[in-house]
Amino acid sequence: MAIQPKRNPMPVQDPKERARNFSEVALGYTVKMAEDEASRCLGCKNAPCVTACPVNVQIPDFIQKIKEGKHEEAYQIIRATSSLPAVCGRVCPQERQCESKCTMGIKFEPVAIGRLERFAADLHNAQVLPPEKAPVQNGHRVAIVGSGPSGLSCAGDLARLGYEVTVFEALHTAGGVLVYGIPEFRLPKSIVAKEVESLREIGVRIETNVVIGKTLTVDELFEDGFEAIFIGSGAGLPSFMNIPGESLKGVYSANEFLTRSNLMKAYAENTETPIMKGGRVAVIGGGNVAMDAARTALRLGAEEVKIVYRRSMEELPARKEEIEHAEEEGVIFSLLCSPTEILGYENPTDPRDPKNGFVKEMRCIRMELGEPDAKGRRRPVPVEGSEFTMPVDTVIMAIGTSPNPLIKSTTKGLEVNARGGIVVNEDGLTSREGVFAGGDAVTGAATVISAMGAGKTAAAAIHAYLSQK
Amino acid sequence: MYRIARKKILNPTVIQMEIEAPLVAKKAKPGQFIILRVHEEGERIPLTVAGCNREAGTVKIIFQTVGSSTLLLSKKNEGDCIADFVGPLGVPTHTEGVGKVCIVGGGVGCAIALPLAEEFHRLGASVTSIVGFRNRDLVILEEEFAACSDRLTVMTDDGSYARQGNVTLPLKEYLESGETFDLIIAIGPLVMMKYTVLTAKPFGVPVTVSMNPIMIDGTGMCGGCRLTLNRDGKRVTQFACVDGPDFNGYEVDFDEAMSRSRMYADFERHAYEQTCNLFQKA
Repeated sequence: MAIQPKRNPMPVQDPKERARNFSEVALGYTVKMAEDEASRCLGCKNAPCVTACPVNVQIPDFIQKIKEGKHEEAYQIIRATSSLPAVCGRVCPQERQCESKCTMGIKFEPVAIGRLERFAADLHNAQVLPPEKAPVQNGHRVAIVGSGPSGLSCAGDLARLGYEVTVFEALHTAGGVLVYGIPEFRLPKSIVAKEVESLREIGVRIETNVVIGKTLTVDELFEDGFEAIFIGSGAGLPSFMNIPGESLKGVYSANEFLTRSNLMKAYAENTETPIMKGGRVAVIGGGNVAMDAARTALRLGAEEVKIVYRRSMEELPARKEEIEHAEEEGVIFSLLCSPTEILGYENPTDPRDPKNGFVKEMRCIRMELGEPDAKGRRRPVPVEGSEFTMPVDTVIMAIGTSPNPLIKSTTKGLEVNARGGIVVNEDGLTSREGVFAGGDAVTGAATVISAMGAGKTAAAAIHAYLSQK
Repeated sequence: MYRIARKKILNPTVIQMEIEAPLVAKKAKPGQFIILRVHEEGERIPLTVAGCNREAGTVKIIFQTVGSSTLLLSKKNEGDCIADFVGPLGVPTHTEGVGKVCIVGGGVGCAIALPLAEEFHRLGASVTSIVGFRNRDLVILEEEFAACSDRLTVMTDDGSYARQGNVTLPLKEYLESGETFDLIIAIGPLVMMKYTVLTAKPFGVPVTVSMNPIMIDGTGMCGGCRLTLNRDGKRVTQFACVDGPDFNGYEVDFDEAMSRSRMYADFERHAYEQTCNLFQKA
């Protein structure tokens, strides 16, 4: 059979239409597309793709099953190592992981592994299936702090091994960044809810509205009879640039903007949650969170949305697909540009003017790329005399986060590094006996899949630890 | 779901509720806050804890019906449930080692000031309380303040009850007469806290203020509650939810906080009117 050099394109909603709704952008492969795409896989014996997957999904095996039309079997192969297939198929940066190592990719386009993963997961989820049988519990209790990707994956693995698992979530809905951060149009919340429900079916207890470090401490969890604890509390506090004007009305952290829209449903009609809609929006930063914020602003009705990033297109850290989607939808990329000050509206004659104190414009400076830094990325350098003013109504800071200090400050003997991340060994074990950690709480802001990988590693380590105890 | 164990109407717009939340009741200390949601699609409302009963596992909250969500909450009755209740959040008020304290409360802020006055009283401190309200109908907790204060002054803006004037008036008189306090704690509207600070400033008495900005999660994640402190000649950003809600009054940029508190004024007014209409139709 002749080799197909190109992958099957993903059907998507028309950019003009989708830029104004919150429905999912990518529509998913049909059976025909999936089986055709699966046939492009060479089934390499050494499977370089598998080694590039943080949770080692047996990629050639599941693709083989899709090729044979055995879609449920394909799902079960993915499911054996990944707790959240429908999520990963949507949000993983495959082009930097599995697909980057695909043998097909050397000469042609790599196999669309992520799309196939999503296909298998969606087909599985569309079936009406009896609930997974809850495993026999072994009587050992494990507490999981945080119900984001690392916590859910750790909880799932331990529950299947027979542990009595309780997940503590600070917010009112389980899912962590999957529900407050990633927008509906990229990851429908019904998918997250389904994954959480399937964990409940296998006996995982989920306690919302419990802030570990406040409502209960790590030490109290041990006193309550938990024998091991996994901390997956996420990245935490949003960073600001420390430029003048960041406290003006209309300046958001990306966390706040996205939480208002996603978790608090500010996009819905008759919502009780306010959010700034319309006007001109500038999103500062170039990662996935910046793309999510920009595309959310567009859907909320913005007239113009700009990504303001201090390096160039090549250095944008966001997934390629997200950048392309943002561009298609009309997001403008203001590259090699950095804000220096945000200016507010002030009516000199009326101190009670309701517009007073709202964002009016942003001072920016042009940048050029200089010498590479320690990571090899070319450092942006301001171009002298290139300042200019950009009219804006809303500014969203998407420049990263720093770990939340709540747990650290109430847990004696829990070591953190200079950046506030919890220090762990290769098994996810912290400086406290029986306390493991993973995900953004350890690494700082990273990907869903790397957090899931860390949750998995810790689950195995907790199993080993409790087995010897 | 969290059950409303008791409900008491303190004045036409201020309501006290005791909510069953054993984990929160076990931990909450004066100065900390909780976040609640009335129903599954509701807003997250931060409210400072007004007391708790550890044995009964209930947490007392006192709120004013200022917007749509507090109006919805006010319509709930004993035995009804609310969707969410999380806490205790924030850092407790520092109450140890204070010999002589002046508590300045304004309006519904008195509800949060009271447990502090009680705690200082319990610790053996000399407590001077100054509480202010707009008019006679809005006076709350007078007896409770009297019970834990060595001295109590009640003020009303219009003079319809007790003494007429702002809370800063008796405070100024105390300070000018040579009275000293180890600490002044001001809790109430931003403008009241701002002027309490300005009144105390010439006398060099430390002032702690309790900030209640707009927030979502209450755990440091959204950054919406940020405020600016003027500290050692520098502008420092802090989050009220994890660094506060108590701050050194001399450092807080009140004008900025007041501006930020009005960010959604239009939306809130509209939502409030809509909810009012709903109740009127029903």
